[in-house]
Amino acid sequence: MIRFVDVHKSYRVDGKDIPALQPFSLDIADGEVFGIIGHSGAGKSTLIRLINLLERPSGGSILIDGTEMTALGDAALRAQRRRIGMIFQHFNLLSSQTVADNIAFPLRLAGETDAGKIKTRVDELLRRVGLEAHASKYPAQLSGGQKQRVGIARALANRPSILLCDEATSALDPQTTASVLELLAEINRELKLTIVLITHEMDVVRRVCDRVAVLDAGRIVEHGAVADVFLHPRHPTTRRFVNEALPEEAAGELAPYTHVPGRILRLSFRGEATWTPALGRVARDTGVDFNILAGRIDRIKDLPYGQLTLAMQGSGVDQALVALRAAGIEIEELNR
Amino acid sequence: MSAPLLQSLFPNIDDWAELGHACIDTLLMLGGSLALTVLIGLPLGVLLYLTGKGQLREMPKLYAALSLVVNILRSIPFIILMIVLMPLTYVLVGTKLGIRGAIPPLVIGAAPFFARLVETALREVQRGVIEASQAMGASTWQIVRHVLLPEARGGLIAGTTVTAIALVGYTAMGGAIGAGGLGDLAYRYGYLSYKSDYMFVTVVLLIVLVQLLQMVGDRVVARFAGNRQ
Repeated sequence: MIRFVDVHKSYRVDGKDIPALQPFSLDIADGEVFGIIGHSGAGKSTLIRLINLLERPSGGSILIDGTEMTALGDAALRAQRRRIGMIFQHFNLLSSQTVADNIAFPLRLAGETDAGKIKTRVDELLRRVGLEAHASKYPAQLSGGQKQRVGIARALANRPSILLCDEATSALDPQTTASVLELLAEINRELKLTIVLITHEMDVVRRVCDRVAVLDAGRIVEHGAVADVFLHPRHPTTRRFVNEALPEEAAGELAPYTHVPGRILRLSFRGEATWTPALGRVARDTGVDFNILAGRIDRIKDLPYGQLTLAMQGSGVDQALVALRAAGIEIEELNR
Repeated sequence: MSAPLLQSLFPNIDDWAELGHACIDTLLMLGGSLALTVLIGLPLGVLLYLTGKGQLREMPKLYAALSLVVNILRSIPFIILMIVLMPLTYVLVGTKLGIRGAIPPLVIGAAPFFARLVETALREVQRGVIEASQAMGASTWQIVRHVLLPEARGGLIAGTTVTAIALVGYTAMGGAIGAGGLGDLAYRYGYLSYKSDYMFVTVVLLIVLVQLLQMVGDRVVARFAGNRQ
């Protein structure tokens, strides 16, 4: 468990303190994928670097499995860092070393000298990230996605319990992003590793994260389960991120529908409710008419969800809403 | 080339063996001083880099002091530095003359220069790579040894080449005040005795030497840099 208690951070520039992160407290549970989303300059790079103390907090307490990170001496901190893997937007591989040597690097740093043991572990990691054929290549000979896979293998070498991802897919094309995210999800499932990732793409959060915190100008403005934040964003910044991920859902705002007759409703389905024909059944039973204005069915990590914006007319609308809610569908009324 | 032909081309050069000795002396001075320059300049350059602003072991006062000493030594023309250092040279190696007498001033003149080149080369190493190593739990020493020096080796080798070539120039100057070698021949015979064929031959030899050094240096850099593009 990673626990932040009243942590804040400011930088000293020309004798003045410039706040980067306002005081916050946050718990990240073992084995979850926790996303931190924010625009550039919101403080997310600083926040993720507080976990392995690449950035020291100006105040507050950072506990990892009960160990107060800020109180550790140099040697103890280095030992803790070996239990926390990290991958980066620009990969940060050693250009003078082969793929195999890059992956072996953290093992050697940790004092492993047995060449046989190093080779066994490196081969194991190469298989996990699917780069068996590239062991003796240099980073410059690899594609971006392959470089990030080397980064992931290197981060996993010392069997960490936490993996920090610093904009790990921001430099990759959409297809490569998808495959790297899939690999991260697989690692999280199979190794029960806690993953903390920062990103400015809601889509990344939607695909792999269990929980998310939204960071805006150094402040955590919203956090919770991804499905809750995603389907019912409260803060304006969160709304903007969600709308980026669902362009047609920008239509979720009422403006374009003012001329549409009837009550404008947004229905959110989650999990099994997504697959049941509830809407048709309720319409038949209550005699309401509905017109679909916008909609989408997709997944949030492994959870199927649907969101429909519709206009509903007829005398039985109130009755229909009760029946829909009973079927496990969340309803927001947009023009009331 | 036969001996009579050489005789007719360079009438004043009667002792080719002396020229050969001078060549060897120059090479010995160069080799000895280059080795010591790297030995002293490399750690000095690493220290300059580490203590610099925003670096791993930022120490503004130490950096300012080191920087000042380096700048002072670099601003004194070598021939003056050599004269100024004579008492120190005598204490260090027991003579002010010959190859041994030349090496201390050569090293003291070239090491600060090389240290600056090392500092510059290390600054070219990507910040992110250093950060990644810190995140992996590397100590400062491990970062220097396994990240900074290997990642910067192209720049370090290029810096060594530049320093070696500068040292060729210094050894020739040193010849004028008793260091021996090609510079000594050019000065004594070529300049003081007006034997211009001596001057010509030594200059050609020095040019060849510098060309060779640059060629070897470039080859080594290309070999190491080949996999980095």
